[in-house]
Amino acid sequence: MTFFKSPRAVPYLLLLPALMVILAVVLLPLVVSLYSSFTGYVLTRPATLFQFVGLRNYQRLWSNADFWWAFLRTLIFITVALNLEMLLGLGLALLVNQITFGQRAIRTVMMFPMMFSPILVGFLFKYLLNDSIGFVNNALYSLGIITTPIPWLVDGTLANLSIIFAEIWMSTSVFAILLLAGVMAMPKEPIEAAKVDGCNSWQVFRHITLPFLMPFIYIAMTIRSLDVARAYDMIRIMTNGGPAGRTEMLWTLMTRVGYQNSQMGLANAMGYVSIILSIVFTFYFYRKLTAARAFMGGAQ
Amino acid sequence: MTASTADAVPLHNRLTIEKPWQRWLIRLGVFVAMVILCVPGLWVALTAFRPNVEVLARPTVWIPQQPTLDNFLKIFGLLPKQQEGLPVLLYFTNSLVISITSTVIAILIGMMGGYAFARYRFRGKATLFLGFMLSRSVPGVALSLPLFILWSRVGLIDTPLGLIIVYLAINIPFTIWLTDGFFRQIPVDLGEAAQIDGCTRWQAFWKVEFPLARSGLASAAIFAFLTSWNEYALASQLTRTTASKTLPVGLMDFTAQFTVDWTGMCAMAVLIIIPALVLTFIVQKHLIAGLTFGGVKG
Repeated sequence: MTFFKSPRAVPYLLLLPALMVILAVVLLPLVVSLYSSFTGYVLTRPATLFQFVGLRNYQRLWSNADFWWAFLRTLIFITVALNLEMLLGLGLALLVNQITFGQRAIRTVMMFPMMFSPILVGFLFKYLLNDSIGFVNNALYSLGIITTPIPWLVDGTLANLSIIFAEIWMSTSVFAILLLAGVMAMPKEPIEAAKVDGCNSWQVFRHITLPFLMPFIYIAMTIRSLDVARAYDMIRIMTNGGPAGRTEMLWTLMTRVGYQNSQMGLANAMGYVSIILSIVFTFYFYRKLTAARAFMGGAQ
Repeated sequence: MTASTADAVPLHNRLTIEKPWQRWLIRLGVFVAMVILCVPGLWVALTAFRPNVEVLARPTVWIPQQPTLDNFLKIFGLLPKQQEGLPVLLYFTNSLVISITSTVIAILIGMMGGYAFARYRFRGKATLFLGFMLSRSVPGVALSLPLFILWSRVGLIDTPLGLIIVYLAINIPFTIWLTDGFFRQIPVDLGEAAQIDGCTRWQAFWKVEFPLARSGLASAAIFAFLTSWNEYALASQLTRTTASKTLPVGLMDFTAQFTVDWTGMCAMAVLIIIPALVLTFIVQKHLIAGLTFGGVKG
């Protein structure tokens, strides 16, 4: 007990409430979830929570084509969306940096999508892309580009593209805003020196601007990695995995299996796959970030 | 790098663009990007103020011809001869109560944590910090499955309290990250000077460091509020009735039930957007500074 009265205990005491909350709301459920992924738990029959089935849920996932499709689709979705978001965000940041007039207003506008509820973003695009009354088809029709409506959310391929577009719309700002802050903080002298030494614009960008921006890219990636699963909300309202499972991701499949088919054990096994995916992703970029920090001489 | 990097616009920092056509191309690019960012929200806002016949009209009515507030009255059940109303007012109060309560508590707890990380050296510091970040990265959907099992055993399903507790766990790690950054910006000497002048550490914190970190804490609070306000994945599984359903869940219900009432849905969407718009204006400056400073300078 003397430890709790010593000055060494202060930081731990300060962190205690936070730890308790995380323990109760994240760690404990994760244990329950891990446990139930080894049982044949069916929501409608509570007794099955204690029916141990070993690795059977994971074996079923392994041999389940729906799961693999959802897994693959989720991976592709994350990879494509994040890379495009980063490239577009970088482009936008560099462009906005050149604007002298109204830059503050532009930055405010850029923040809006970031602050919107994903379910709201999903709704915006569900409405805009509606095939009969949507803004996009109406505009294309009025401009004489199309004569029959394009089934944006009804056709499998188009629905996937629409979801990726909505995701990019929602999250490019995260990159644009953070990278803009980075570009603005950049010292001018190295660039001038490089220009004097005969570097062209691309070389300046490649060897000076980009390395300087890397920590900012890592921050943005870390922040994004914390909430990639927000895309679930958006997909839920836009297509809910449809048409015919063509936009099914791990997250939508998991809720379908867990709540609609009540196969909680199986759903939790799937949940674990998605949790590990997210954690690995965050861990990777967080490590990159701390490495970049240490390199910049800012670490503790 | 200083805290004001986000809003200071040093002219000498610009790469020089010589030719006028390049300048115009850049302006065009930014303009197109802004249009893409603005149009979806604007279109939904416009729809919220028009009668449903205009939505279905052919050819398309671009500008509302008969602007009306009926859609807002309708979703609040205030129209004279209305058969089916939505409990939007209840959703709204639930959202407000849940978001505000969880934000206030998360800021208090998160601030303590952030202060510990910014001011103390202790064993396992880096691991703990990483642990908090990783706990935040667990997808809400995946967490909703076991939470549903647990919460239904302890009777927290479909209660505002149940959601408040869950949102605490979502908001605390991010608050710690932000406040850690903000407290680091405040020189240690200030608090120490106050202690030399006779303050206890506790007093030094409240009289010196807290006021200096206030703007940072405010933006952390706004961020936490918006996270709770916007959350859907967990709320959709942990709520059942109007006793605890929030606006995002209500919007989803709405789209599932009344598939043709676009104007009503748009009015509800506007209702959800408004706090995001207002708070973005307030928070924008501090948030960017907080994220980049906390992140880069470690």
